[in-house]
Amino acid sequence: MIAPRRKTGSLPLLVLVGALAGCTSYYEIPIETPIQPKLDTSQFQRVFVAGFVAGGNDDIDGNLETVRLLRSQLRQKGALRVVESEPLSLTTIATEQLGIELPPPTPAATSEPSTDPPAGGIREERDLEPFDKFFENAEYWKKIGEEHQGALIVTGTILFRPQTTSGFVQREQETYDEFGRRRVTPTRVYMERNGYILRPTFVFIDGRTGETLHTETFREEILYNQNTQTPALSSFFELMDRLLPSFLNSMTSQKIRGTRVLLK
Amino acid sequence: MSARVVAVALLCAVVAVPVAAEQRGEAKEQVEFGIQVAQRGLWREAIYRWERAIQLDPTYAAAFNNLAIAYEHEGELDKARGAYEKAITLEPNNALVKQNYDLFKEINDRAAKKDG
Repeated sequence: MIAPRRKTGSLPLLVLVGALAGCTSYYEIPIETPIQPKLDTSQFQRVFVAGFVAGGNDDIDGNLETVRLLRSQLRQKGALRVVESEPLSLTTIATEQLGIELPPPTPAATSEPSTDPPAGGIREERDLEPFDKFFENAEYWKKIGEEHQGALIVTGTILFRPQTTSGFVQREQETYDEFGRRRVTPTRVYMERNGYILRPTFVFIDGRTGETLHTETFREEILYNQNTQTPALSSFFELMDRLLPSFLNSMTSQKIRGTRVLLK
Repeated sequence: MSARVVAVALLCAVVAVPVAAEQRGEAKEQVEFGIQVAQRGLWREAIYRWERAIQLDPTYAAAFNNLAIAYEHEGELDKARGAYEKAITLEPNNALVKQNYDLFKEINDRAAKKDG
């Protein structure tokens, strides 16, 4: 139960607007607004995170890491049963199906075991464009669906690539005057920064028909000071963490909490 | 003839003021009861009360504001927008209604983005 708000100064902004509103009686109340999921998953009992065409960085296996992460999230927060079978090596399958020729991988890329060959030619957004047709191949996806009891299939592309930028950024500079008083002034400094861009496209396919139900693309980036050493995998998870709620909202309803003001 | 018209108009004016005041009074009771039940989480009952209030007094901005909040809570976002807009039309300078509407729009934009 929420007690009527009195103008005691605990919420100065509210008090101010209350005063502006002509001292009307008002009551702050918490609400939860339900947002319906984009996809109607009621016809599915299972979800199969099949795999991803991934590239952009040779330090991590974007396919395997994404599959692991999404399956884990769907197990915890989704309503559908998660199919636990080997992720598909979609870069290989797609390049063979579509006859896409990828440039050879860089030598350093062969050190880690991976579900797919090292990303090699997939370096930028445009390198993923030829793969769009792969997700439209209803016959192929229907076959995959049949192997997994007509599950909802989650697939797509993952581009996770390093980024370097340089330019002026605003920083706060701390100074002390002759009386020892601290002063913080914003200054613009030229900096070079390194980081990563994560650009996943999630494709949701009806495993019973092979048809695409929904596609969603995200883009997140993170930048560090040049002397900061952050492992690629750590940055990958940090960026994924930002967009996971939106990914999950495609399949499950979400409640957004907030407060509103009731008036008399 | 014209004297009769004037007399009828005057009579209507004299009667209308207490009737309007009475309707606002009844609407206010509905609004207050709606607030009480909303605070106990009984949002459907609150909607019923506030809908009744705007039937009684269609110029009651607070009732439209509260109704909009309840619709929001029930996920009826189109209805919520309509009720907020009506409340703002009735009281364009009410900062609290505007604040509620701005918060609502943030959520509505997110939902719209998902639909796009």
